[in-house]
Amino acid sequence: MTNNPTRTGRTRLAGYTAAAAAVVLLASACGSGGTGASASPKNFDYLSVTENTTIKKTLTTLSTTSCADQNKALPLKVDTVPQSGLDQKLQLLAGQNALPVQFAAGNAPALTTQLFTAGNVANLEDELTKLGAFDQLQPAAVSTIKALYQNKLAVLPYEYNIEGIFYNKKVFEANGVSVPKTWDELVAAAAKFQGAGVQPFAASGQQGWPLTRLVSGYLYRSLGPGAMSAIANGTARLTDPEYVKAAQQVAELGRKGYFGQGVGSIDYDTAMNQFLGGKAAMFYMGSWALANIADAEQDTVGAENVGFMPFPAVAGGKGSIDQYPSNVGLPVAMNAKGFDQKTGDWVKCVARNYGSVALKDQGTISGFKVNTPVESANAVTGQIRDTIGASKESVLWFEALFSTKATTVSQQNAASLVTGATSPEKFMQLVQDALAQ
Amino acid sequence: MHRVLGDRRAVAILLGPALLVYTLVMLVPIGWSLGYSFTKGNSITGFSWAGFSNFQRLADDPAVHDALWFTVKYAVVVTAGQVAAGYALALLYTFYLKRASALVRTLVFFPVVLPTVAVGLLFQKFFQVAPQTGPVNSLLELVGLHSVDWFGSAGGSFWVLVLMDVWRSMGFYAVLLFAGLVDIPEEVLESARLDGASGLRLIRHIVLPLSFPVLMSSAIFSINGTLKVFDSIVALTNGGPGSGTTPLTLYMFQTSFTYGDYGYGSTIAVLLTVLCLLVTLVVFRVSRRDLTKG
Repeated sequence: MTNNPTRTGRTRLAGYTAAAAAVVLLASACGSGGTGASASPKNFDYLSVTENTTIKKTLTTLSTTSCADQNKALPLKVDTVPQSGLDQKLQLLAGQNALPVQFAAGNAPALTTQLFTAGNVANLEDELTKLGAFDQLQPAAVSTIKALYQNKLAVLPYEYNIEGIFYNKKVFEANGVSVPKTWDELVAAAAKFQGAGVQPFAASGQQGWPLTRLVSGYLYRSLGPGAMSAIANGTARLTDPEYVKAAQQVAELGRKGYFGQGVGSIDYDTAMNQFLGGKAAMFYMGSWALANIADAEQDTVGAENVGFMPFPAVAGGKGSIDQYPSNVGLPVAMNAKGFDQKTGDWVKCVARNYGSVALKDQGTISGFKVNTPVESANAVTGQIRDTIGASKESVLWFEALFSTKATTVSQQNAASLVTGATSPEKFMQLVQDALAQ
Repeated sequence: MHRVLGDRRAVAILLGPALLVYTLVMLVPIGWSLGYSFTKGNSITGFSWAGFSNFQRLADDPAVHDALWFTVKYAVVVTAGQVAAGYALALLYTFYLKRASALVRTLVFFPVVLPTVAVGLLFQKFFQVAPQTGPVNSLLELVGLHSVDWFGSAGGSFWVLVLMDVWRSMGFYAVLLFAGLVDIPEEVLESARLDGASGLRLIRHIVLPLSFPVLMSSAIFSINGTLKVFDSIVALTNGGPGSGTTPLTLYMFQTSFTYGDYGYGSTIAVLLTVLCLLVTLVVFRVSRRDLTKG
């Protein structure tokens, strides 16, 4: 074979060029593609969860009213992700340095704390103080946030909730049941409803947490407000008999069919609709549900027929019925790297106006002060506002102090606990094992 | 042609770019992932050296044992189902429907092109018990049986999953195996028939051995796909109830991206790679057997 020098040179050149192009192409593809808010953001991006519509609606209202100027400078842009996929999304975005300006904090506070430590989440106490808006937060909300996030104000309290059991007054009256004060009365009431052909509880087994809340509710009443922190600091284990007992009590409700058929397939909205459509007598939920209760289209039972009771006492227990589980609903964290002047203006405006707008338009209570007096939309909203105002001691929820893994394991196995596929002992063992890792 | 392929430089130029791309997008990440399995941490907290602790944990983790057992069980059952259903369909196309099989082939192939998530939702609705009773449970009630909460137990979920994946891909295997069956010379079949072979005997002694290579390829395709199953499970049960239908892939994904433990997630990926490698070796060894002597 005779080599044509020019041709060989050309071929070689083509080969080298192709190889170089491939390398460049791959290098650019593999390189850091972060387009996040690390420099100065172009939008007031908000990554929310699909299930929560309250915050999205209120922020949108603010963007056209009180905060219209801020919105002009930095337009609000909302993106949503299903709650079950939130933690994954946040971790991936954080890894790529692409977190939006504000985002729903992870399902486990542990993740937000991790992001905070890594410098991804703004210290809002500092930022709000600088903006002169720290006094716009309710002290109760600030203390709940600090209890959750290792004494740091890592999130904004767009919601401030207490949790308890909403009940259908009409169904209670029709069956001659008075509001249960103790666990035994609650179980007896449930039995009566079941006998009368009314599903006693609506609960989303797909989400899991509405069921594990019952376990922690029982624990707080039987062992006192320190029940879950004892697990977190290792002085007690979930496999201890007094803890397993709580899981047994909840499993028993499931065994008797009090959550209805196929509880594992019931999603959040379906459970909400079961209760608001009058198909279930009771519904353990946070006060964020007030937004749905106030919505006449969704609430065919009527807000005036919905009552709210605290989680009942356990006979001989150390906890008190007025220690409400409280939380900041869907906490929203802010990206430390994108917190510039325009973002600051938005946050300041939100802090001043969010409380009243959320209460007026959505009927939900936030951790911001209500600067324009708002009449409560219905009796149950008034009752919950008063309860929050008078609340002296609050407790957290089952997974509040858990790692992300233990949170997932707990919520994924909750439905199996009440359907009987997982025994109470096994359930507590699984969660305890996940905590130990 | 021979001269071109004999020239090392020509070979390098022809293979180089593809090899480079393959190395960068396949081999480097595999090596990288292997490296991660000796670390602890994630992209938020950074990584620290962990030695062999992840492998130690892998050996002791009951969730990995469950996921491994589920993966193998699922792969064996679904592969058997897919290939058997595909083969039965292919026989039907070749020997009964013959030239009229085009329409049936198209219809049976149709689920293959549907997105997995859509199929997952379809089966979810099909087998659901709440909030509405699905068609399957309605049928059970119609014949006087009780509704079953299919997704409430790991066993029920498993069988729905198997059924879904077999239904979804049997059309693909049917077409693949059909191609193998139409390759069998008509004369061979004819002479076998003249010798008195018919029905099952014809299939057992003539059709099966002659279509064995393509049957083997189908099995390899299927087992490799089912060992790495991810999307259909996420769409149908998301690994639930509890972790009852969690295969290694999903556990790896959760560990890395939900629990933020990239190191241990990579270790699970290594286990999955080894599993695939072993299965492939076994399949190759079996397929080398000379059937005419068996």
